Amino acid sequence: MTRYILRRLFAMPFLVLGIVTLAFLLTTLTKGDPLTAIVSERQMNDPTVIAAAKARWGLDRSLPERYVIYVGNLVTGDMGTSFITRRAVAQDILFRLPATMELVIAAMIIGSTIGIALGVLAAYFRNTATDHFARLFALFGSSVPVFWLGLALLFVFSVKFGILPGPGRMDARLPLPDEITGFLTIDALLAGDLRVFIDALWHLILPAFVLGWSVAGTISRLVRANMLEVLGREFILTARAKGAGEMRVVLRHALRNTLVPTLTVIGYSFAYLLTGAILTETIFSWPGMGSYAVSAARGLDFPAIIGVTIVGGVVFLITNLITDIAYVIANPRVKLG
Amino acid sequence: MALLPRPKGPRWLSLPLGIGLMVVVFWLLATLLAPQMTSYDPMDMVARRLQPPSWQHFLGTDALGRDVFTRTLYGARHSLPIAVIVVCLSLTVGAFLGAISGFLGGVADNAIMRLVDITLSFPPMLLAMAVAAGLGPGLGNAAIAMVIVWWPVYARLMRAQVLEVREREHVEAAVAAGASRPRILLKHILPLCWTPVLISATMDLGQVILLAASLSFIGLGATPPTPEWGSMISEGAAQFYSWWVAFGPGAAILTIVLGFNFIGDALHDHFDPRSK
Repeated sequence: MTRYILRRLFAMPFLVLGIVTLAFLLTTLTKGDPLTAIVSERQMNDPTVIAAAKARWGLDRSLPERYVIYVGNLVTGDMGTSFITRRAVAQDILFRLPATMELVIAAMIIGSTIGIALGVLAAYFRNTATDHFARLFALFGSSVPVFWLGLALLFVFSVKFGILPGPGRMDARLPLPDEITGFLTIDALLAGDLRVFIDALWHLILPAFVLGWSVAGTISRLVRANMLEVLGREFILTARAKGAGEMRVVLRHALRNTLVPTLTVIGYSFAYLLTGAILTETIFSWPGMGSYAVSAARGLDFPAIIGVTIVGGVVFLITNLITDIAYVIANPRVKLG
Repeated sequence: MALLPRPKGPRWLSLPLGIGLMVVVFWLLATLLAPQMTSYDPMDMVARRLQPPSWQHFLGTDALGRDVFTRTLYGARHSLPIAVIVVCLSLTVGAFLGAISGFLGGVADNAIMRLVDITLSFPPMLLAMAVAAGLGPGLGNAAIAMVIVWWPVYARLMRAQVLEVREREHVEAAVAAGASRPRILLKHILPLCWTPVLISATMDLGQVILLAASLSFIGLGATPPTPEWGSMISEGAAQFYSWWVAFGPGAAILTIVLGFNFIGDALHDHFDPRSK
């Protein structure tokens, strides 16, 4: 087991270098001309402006040269300067990462709660209307385009009924709490501002629900399959024979024994959440990495695109690594490939 | 298993499969016969702008006075072919490289699988966005980006299959009989590898439709005025208070992805009886 973990950790730097290289190559080997993002259309015919812009952004150098410079800068934490915001990409990303993380974690909590509850219900009431409804609800979540669901729910809950707030992270009229963690809810609590905390939480509900629902299906399907298997085992019979109540049998005896695979699938669902966050943030004007990535992609802001792609890849890599290792530690019988 | 009541009655499984097939067939028909199914043209301004749904215009009209129902039907002509093309291309590339990887082993295996590992290290949407941004807008470019993101899935699956099948006795017998290596791969190993790969491909059709629509939604796939579902929803988002503009294309994506998921689920249950 230790050897497996060490081997995985040892492979990490190479994978990260691979991610960097692939992100760099895929976005620069293409025919999109970054100059259109830098130089205004009228000046495109002016050779001196073009030459100056190329020199300023290093576009006059050859691709291998640019690659070496890029990797060299990356080691020192420099991801270049965004064409659009004209700030350091690394700084932009750091500034926006907490908003995304807050959304993704809230979505993960909502998604796993719904997923586990539905999975348990579906398995316990197997092949009844409850089971069918749970499966349909879960399937709906993984089939609906999040950007459309977000629009629809915003329209219904915010415009029609006015129960939930509109897009954004908080009411613009409220004072921003001092940034400590970057998580608005936590920062508001730390500042002791209950009104901001409730407002931020209120704004978080809809996007987190939209995003969470999209992974609830995968989770509930897995929980259902595992619960079915566990519920058929002999120790469940024993527990029932000893007079344990059904609640206790299901929650304490059965559900606890499906915990390892459940936590694993929740870990892997992180990738879907990151992907979904890109679109959810766009709909809800959420100032996170996702909306940054979208505006970068739309504006051909290549330094920002490469930066976001690398950060996304590395975050994804690390969560998967943690999930894999946690799985091996929790489940020593597993055969290591 | 005796502890849980085993209900009798009709096999519920066949119902979602049936619904799934019906929905997919409907959209296939729309792909082929859209002009016959509506009396309007998807590009024509046929009524006043932003009309709510009515008998003349089932799903209302959009900001340019075009019929949303018509545009939604025509949208199938973009989404379905793109999904099929992307899955087929990814399947071809992935299965080919995966088979080589599993069969040859050694350096080729290592090189291919590291490329697979690295590509799968990205959140799919993010990588597709980055590549599509580099290639420029257009559905064709979005398709290329999606193939780049999707082929490793099949490569990994195919490799695992080949590794498993090549250890079986009939392969050993073929080796002993002196069959050439290409012949062993093509005639004795590959025919036994396809089932799980093809099931996975069916399920992926829905996911690829979603990804393509997502790319178009953020402006990296189809561009206006193309009646593509993702870009139609993006137009609908701009007309937020006229909910019907985005309703049609959204419902279209939802139903077809749900349809493919129903079919995939039924296939999955059929081949993995544990979850029944």
